[in-house]
Amino acid sequence: MTFRTRRVLPIPGDVLVKVGDKVKARDVVAQTFMPGDVTPINMANLLSMPPGDVPGCMIAKEGQTIAVGDVLARSPGIFGFFKNEIKSKVAGTIETISPVTGQVIVRGAPIPVQVGAYLNGAVAEVIPNEGVVIEAEVAFIQGIFGIGGETFGPIRMACKQHAQELTEDLITDDMKGCVIVGGARMHYTAVKKAIRVGVAAIVSGGIDDADLKEVLGYDLGVAITGSEQAGITLIITEGFGDIAMAERTFELLDSHKGHETAVNGATQIRAGVMRPEIVVPLSAVAADKAAGARNVAGLLEVGTMVRIIRDPYFGLIGAVNNLPPEPAVLGSGSKARVLEVRFDSGETVTVPRANVELIEG
Amino acid sequence: MKNLDPDKIKVILATDCGSTTTKAILIQKVGDSYRQTHRGEAPTTVEEPFADVTMGVINAVTEVGELAGRRFVDDDGKLIHPATETEGCDIYISTSSAGGGLQMMVAGVIKEMTAASAKRAALGAGAIVMDTIASNDKRKPHDQIQRIRELRPDMILISGGVDGGNTTQVVQIAELIAPAKPRPRFGGKYRLPIIFAGNKDAAPLVKETFDEDVELSIVDNLRPVLEYENLGPARDAIHDVFLEHVMAHAPGYDKLMTWTDAPIMPTPGAVGNILQTIANTQGINAVGVDIGGATTDVFSVFDKTFNRTVSANLGMSYSISNVCAEATMPKILRWVHFDMDERELRNRVKNKMIRPTTIPQTREALIFEQAVAREALRLAYQQHKEFATTLKGVQQQRTVGDTFSQQVGGQTIVDNMKLDLLVASGGVLSHAPRMNQTAMLLIDAFEPEGFTTLAKDSIFMMPHLGVLAEVHPKAATEVFEKDCLIYLGTCVAAKGTGKEGRPCFSYEIKGSSLNERGEMMYGDLKLFPLGQGETAMVAIDPAKGFDFGNGPGKRIERQVKGGTVGLILDARGRPLALPEDRATGQATMKRWVEAMNMYPGEKK
Repeated sequence: MTFRTRRVLPIPGDVLVKVGDKVKARDVVAQTFMPGDVTPINMANLLSMPPGDVPGCMIAKEGQTIAVGDVLARSPGIFGFFKNEIKSKVAGTIETISPVTGQVIVRGAPIPVQVGAYLNGAVAEVIPNEGVVIEAEVAFIQGIFGIGGETFGPIRMACKQHAQELTEDLITDDMKGCVIVGGARMHYTAVKKAIRVGVAAIVSGGIDDADLKEVLGYDLGVAITGSEQAGITLIITEGFGDIAMAERTFELLDSHKGHETAVNGATQIRAGVMRPEIVVPLSAVAADKAAGARNVAGLLEVGTMVRIIRDPYFGLIGAVNNLPPEPAVLGSGSKARVLEVRFDSGETVTVPRANVELIEG
Repeated sequence: MKNLDPDKIKVILATDCGSTTTKAILIQKVGDSYRQTHRGEAPTTVEEPFADVTMGVINAVTEVGELAGRRFVDDDGKLIHPATETEGCDIYISTSSAGGGLQMMVAGVIKEMTAASAKRAALGAGAIVMDTIASNDKRKPHDQIQRIRELRPDMILISGGVDGGNTTQVVQIAELIAPAKPRPRFGGKYRLPIIFAGNKDAAPLVKETFDEDVELSIVDNLRPVLEYENLGPARDAIHDVFLEHVMAHAPGYDKLMTWTDAPIMPTPGAVGNILQTIANTQGINAVGVDIGGATTDVFSVFDKTFNRTVSANLGMSYSISNVCAEATMPKILRWVHFDMDERELRNRVKNKMIRPTTIPQTREALIFEQAVAREALRLAYQQHKEFATTLKGVQQQRTVGDTFSQQVGGQTIVDNMKLDLLVASGGVLSHAPRMNQTAMLLIDAFEPEGFTTLAKDSIFMMPHLGVLAEVHPKAATEVFEKDCLIYLGTCVAAKGTGKEGRPCFSYEIKGSSLNERGEMMYGDLKLFPLGQGETAMVAIDPAKGFDFGNGPGKRIERQVKGGTVGLILDARGRPLALPEDRATGQATMKRWVEAMNMYPGEKK
């Protein structure tokens, strides 16, 4: 598929590439300088005087450049004695001296800000002074949940098959900088080792919520992620708990092992939903063949492949066997419309229609 | 609305697009009166791969059509409108809370002062506060800007400076937000709404800072002087902007607006309409709750004063994980009367969060969801009490001493002892398999005191009727009286605390089908059958220290209403305390579950 991504600066700046340029994921495509850090100094407090008296005591004036240790202000003292001098702990420029609050604002040196290309591709569009749109033929895999922001690396298969759990022993030192692919649940100890080794990202079927809490250091409430500083990006493709990655997704990732890949764990579960992504740039020919085991829109019919997305059969995949029109009484006592799912083993179960999702067969 | 003769209207179709489920009801003229006849529901379709709210509407309406034997959707997937003898509807109306609630960022100069006031205003308006930006929040300006971009807030509230005070730092905050140009979550045409409620002298400078990419509203300063908070104007502006800008950009909403015969009303607005009508016509104090997937809305009418809060981060699907994080797992599990594997539960909660439209299939899953619901309701009611204060709508005075504390000033007007009617609405309450479960959830979460009638919205149609009342009051009133409100019964509860097993109160019940007398020990819960439409006289003699409305230890006699559950005598005390120890807690809970016959047929 053709994938387009917008790469823009937080404030206007210079775009460093032009339409048609070939770029690598880590290439800088636009840059600018942000106004420096702002350090407010409560001078009225430091000098123990009313805010209105602060401007009269300032040695450094608005617009003046100051270095660390420069005297900013001096109190008049009592009868010329006990003068109090305030020295600057930061370098920069005096931006304002407020007679209302007695605050002095020091602005530091401008900070360079750069935006990378995110994936290997071509510049499709330049947004003047803001950034670019990068386009590439890719294999695109959408996760269900992730943490951590954008990162890159070659794909390395840590698990041999889609139902294998990702444990600590499967993480090796030579995985530094890679996007590691696991199978089923990724264990906390594996994540911890991956962080130590310097792995860029882990993609696996599931994770235990208790492990996620350990990684984050807090209990995740609202599912808005992407800016965590966990030292790694984690993406799960199926759900929480002991759940294997869809075979097709695993095979797709396996077929691209060694390829430089861009991943982003940012997830926002609400309307206008954002799910984590794994983007593998490809040659145009290979792109046609690539497709993940994605959820699809469609109608429930007998024979349709579905995945059960709620306990007690969470994660199991089967085909719709029967669609009774009348609502049925569930084990919970509630009435709901149901369907019958037949697994490969031949076993059939009845589940609420709300608890399945259609998948590509 | 089109010019229709109200008397000729025979078929009314109404939908409510919730964040998780779209509910459709059919109201038909049966004989001379209007009755609700059929209902259907389907998952809301604001997410990919659909990203069009009307698809969920069509699915829910199709289900209603199948059940009613009437076609509502034509071959092109459009509503058939107006009606013929066998097809379509005369009126189509809708409410909506799709959009997953309101998600905001707030900004102020000093985190503990103006930014904190801005946060309170946003929370009061029912928003999730995604982040608070302040000059002194220790982040570098470009990190703050990057954060705004990443979070894609629905709107930003800027405060800062007292009137007549510092303008520079206020403008600096605006200068931080202006270049961020956050990309909206709903389509490219959306202009990010920004509300400025800071130093009035800074307003013109702030206006200059923003270009046409944002929709700037300027309202009164929410902190005009340091010692006062004036949150009302900012809160109102947030509500207006939410309806005008955010909701209107939910996927497919533009199409839905062209289908309806009346403006689409936000679900909480419609439910509020109906609750006020009940309280005013009956001259009572009432509390209503609507617990949804993303939000829990609490409405109250006390002494004719109406209040509404939207707890945007307390819900049963999108926000379920947040309920668990805020309440903590031990607090949730205290409502469960058997052992559950906490690790597995945590995974279940997260799986519900990432796939919000699933429903519990097993009894165990249902009991756990009802435990989570109690905590969501409890927290939402707590927030409501904090915001429904005596100073509603006027400046809220906070002393200098209060300035640095986070306690909300003002006296709450919510008084559980004065509460006459408690109405439950929303999936987990309306669709509980047994009404005894709904009643117990309400009592455990809201802790009503004295005499309180309990009711539920039969099949979650209060929102529909709230909007119908605007276009066809007769139909709305008739359906409300006959089909909407189901009385569960009355809860008679003791206020006060005591020792387990010691006398709490004695009672005498006299009614046509019920003549009982006895004594309740502290910690007891008893259910008496008292059917729908029946009443009984209940006399209570409280033990010393317990109050039922006439003061501690004072006798009280009141007429009570029956319902599908009956008369509940609750001697568990208020505030309701559960044993800390898990094993004792489970045994206590089991006793209460059995007393209320919540899950009959359960293995003992």
